[in-house]
Amino acid sequence: MKPTDIEDPEYFHKVIDCQYACPAHTPVPEYIRLISEKRYTEAYMINWVSNVFPGVLGRVCDRPCEPACRRGRVEQEPVAICRLKRVCADNRDLGVTARFPEIPKIKNGKKIALIGGGPASLTVARDLMPLGYEIDLFDEQEQGGGFMRSQLPSFRLPEAVLATEVNYILDMGVITHFNHRVASMKAVLAQNYDAVFVGTGAPRGRDLPDLPGRQAGEGKIHVGIDWLAGVVFGHIDKIGKRVLVIGGGNTAMDCCRTARRMGGEEVRVVVRGPKTAMKASLWEIEEARHEDIPIIDNHSPLAFVIEDGRLVGMQFEKGRGLNEPSVFIACDEVLLAVGQMNAFPWIEPDAGIAFDQWGLPVLDPLTLQSTLPQVFFGGDAAFGPRNIITAVAQGHQAAISIDLFCQGKPLTARPVPQVNLAGQKMGVHDWLYHNQVAETERQAVPMMSKAKSLKDRLLEVELGFDRQIGQAESLRCLNCDVQTVFHAAECIECDACVDACPESCINFVDNGSEEALRTRLRAPAQNLGQDLYVSGPLPTGRVMVKDENVCLHCGICAERCPTSAWEMQKFFYQSAQAGQL
Amino acid sequence: MTFTRPTFRHPELAPNAAGFHRRDYEGLISTLCAGCGHDSISNAIIQACFELALPPHRIAKMSGIGCSSKSPAYFLGKSHGFNSVHGRMPSIATGANMANRDLIYLGVSGDGDTASIGMGQFIHAVRRNLHMLYIVMNNGCYGLTKGQYSATADKGSKSKKGPANLLESIDLCELAIQLGAGFVGRSFSGDKQQLVPMIKAGLSHGGLAFIDVISPCVTFNNNPESTKSYHWVREHSEATNTFDFVPFRQTITTEYPEEVTETVTLHDNSIIHLHKHPLGPDITDRRQAIDTLEDHKAQEMILTGVLYVNPESLDTHEILNTTARPLNSLTEVDLCPGIGALEEINAGHR
Repeated sequence: MKPTDIEDPEYFHKVIDCQYACPAHTPVPEYIRLISEKRYTEAYMINWVSNVFPGVLGRVCDRPCEPACRRGRVEQEPVAICRLKRVCADNRDLGVTARFPEIPKIKNGKKIALIGGGPASLTVARDLMPLGYEIDLFDEQEQGGGFMRSQLPSFRLPEAVLATEVNYILDMGVITHFNHRVASMKAVLAQNYDAVFVGTGAPRGRDLPDLPGRQAGEGKIHVGIDWLAGVVFGHIDKIGKRVLVIGGGNTAMDCCRTARRMGGEEVRVVVRGPKTAMKASLWEIEEARHEDIPIIDNHSPLAFVIEDGRLVGMQFEKGRGLNEPSVFIACDEVLLAVGQMNAFPWIEPDAGIAFDQWGLPVLDPLTLQSTLPQVFFGGDAAFGPRNIITAVAQGHQAAISIDLFCQGKPLTARPVPQVNLAGQKMGVHDWLYHNQVAETERQAVPMMSKAKSLKDRLLEVELGFDRQIGQAESLRCLNCDVQTVFHAAECIECDACVDACPESCINFVDNGSEEALRTRLRAPAQNLGQDLYVSGPLPTGRVMVKDENVCLHCGICAERCPTSAWEMQKFFYQSAQAGQL
Repeated sequence: MTFTRPTFRHPELAPNAAGFHRRDYEGLISTLCAGCGHDSISNAIIQACFELALPPHRIAKMSGIGCSSKSPAYFLGKSHGFNSVHGRMPSIATGANMANRDLIYLGVSGDGDTASIGMGQFIHAVRRNLHMLYIVMNNGCYGLTKGQYSATADKGSKSKKGPANLLESIDLCELAIQLGAGFVGRSFSGDKQQLVPMIKAGLSHGGLAFIDVISPCVTFNNNPESTKSYHWVREHSEATNTFDFVPFRQTITTEYPEEVTETVTLHDNSIIHLHKHPLGPDITDRRQAIDTLEDHKAQEMILTGVLYVNPESLDTHEILNTTARPLNSLTEVDLCPGIGALEEINAGHR
């Protein structure tokens, strides 16, 4: 193998599994370390710069970081990254706004329209306001937040938490047009904005219109996301005692748990496939079980059963093609959470914006520019339903594109990520970071009692970590951003690092192809998602090969190295944002 | 500074034939200087015991005083151990062996502990051919007392402090061969590929197995002019042979070309396959072994590898025809069987 190029910022970035997995590439270990040092406000700012909604995401993020967390490979459970994010949000200084970027009084003369007030649009606004843009935001709701407001139940995300973080952005001077449903893209374009950003989400929930009995059962059969919005806005205040929720995604979980709080006593979730194939996050499934909601799997809906003009239940096919008799499950109401669709009835076909066969806009995947150069898309509106953190990441990219577009620069001349590599040595054998690997188990999150929380849909179920639990959990982080940097010229091949490494990561072997090397190491390097760090040739002709897979970043290799050929260096990586070089 | 190693180990490491993991053979985190050759030897011992699937509780590790003699704290943490007075490890090992011949005895000593204060002990343990593996971690200096030359420092070698060593050096391997050790090898802490199988072979030998391991002292004796530095040893060493060690329990799957292979079967039917030049020395010949050592010394080369093996050597118990019972279990009745027994003996002389 060729020597690893550690000058490439993506090499060490990939070692930081959580950050690499995060669509917005939030510097996770950095903020966790700040939490362990009780520097909550600084931790909040690291988050805010990167993911814009730390308080929201600290509760309802899809957490792609946690399955990626190295701790999950080293022992069983990953670090509770999401809940730690909430710790820094809960404990931040209220004066945190003083750290926000200043908004120039003199604008740069460019006007941008944001259609939709969800996470993607708000991120664009957050990134562009400090650069002097004038921004108009349009949304049909009476407040900002988009689907974070209309569909996430309050027992998971209290309204006040959302409002605070939305207002941080709106207070930058965004000109809001709430209760304003944009009905015509052409009309927007006619106002000569320098750029238009569409962040309208995937607002239409899928229905099962052709299932027998759908028409007759109208009134007792609801599309999940519309029903959730009805609850949030107070149009719906109760539900029948026996409820069936059809679907296995996170919306289904929100529906069933909300139904439990609206009077549903026998709430059941029915999914077509096996439980293992459910799309919902494991912890949300767990929460639903905790609230006595059974999940019935391998049942495909056949019909709504109507008797005397009244919905009495549903008929299901058990398994698929098993020829077993169909199953009847009685219920009073049905919530359909079988997916969401994009819908752009307000964009005229001749507006110059092309759509593909699935009804999604034709976009450049990197710049998010549509076929009409001044129109950009982001969030669920761009590539279909994903999640909040993806919407934020796309908002950042769209903001970069819009900024380049308005400045007349090519959209490919994008700013590069900001990186920094800083030595961690302090004295002879001490480190600036906490290198002792805590062997504590993942902390459980304190919860509101079930009896109490089921009575009031506004009561938040998870109470969050307090400072003490947060501190204990933060120390479980392995500091994967503190990199093991190897200087081949200093190495005397004494083997001290090989002998000391608890995880048998380090090897001095004859070079070979990656495939061959992976089989010749002290421990088999079978995780192809993790790179091998290979040095140039050493005096004996061998090379150093380190499998990054389960490195604990404990620094023992560097401590036991007599010549400082190993160095612990903190790698800080921050994705590019609009306005940077 | 790290005082305890994390207990996490690579999840895909397999256990050995006896069901033990490598961690079961580890010890505490080393407090020796970073880069000390002794740590590599400790790890070679761990690896060898792991690969041989020795139950840790069947091993007794003995040591004296010095950097090397501290090292048993860093390996085989679940085995028996005895840290004796300076240079007295061989006596303690002898006593232990007399009391319980079923344990596997592993003596760890240094060049000071063996070639200076413990010289008298060392040579007599070799003469008795005590059933043990005797490892010397040889760095040519006294690392615990600021690096003065030891008795194994080569004449003319220079340590970090500058002036050359003016005294003759003692070659422990030559001594051991002369005094009847049945297995003698020399290796280098920086070459685990050679060291691990050598330790495995030594542990399988029936009498005293002696291994001299050159182990650079990174703090006092690792400058390029020192003949015990990483640099010098790598530039000036030549192996007698490369070899594979096959414990008797394993089936041999590799075919070796006849003309370059010499096979030595040890007491327990383990086999050493030597790959060497057809004209190379016969390692079962004591005279050739010493000649080869001296020839290489004259060329300023360090000869490593298995230097001498006598598969027929007898250990102390066999030589002295001792009772199979542990000595400490012998009672007065056993040792003084009384007038009747005496008369029987006397009658035999009449």
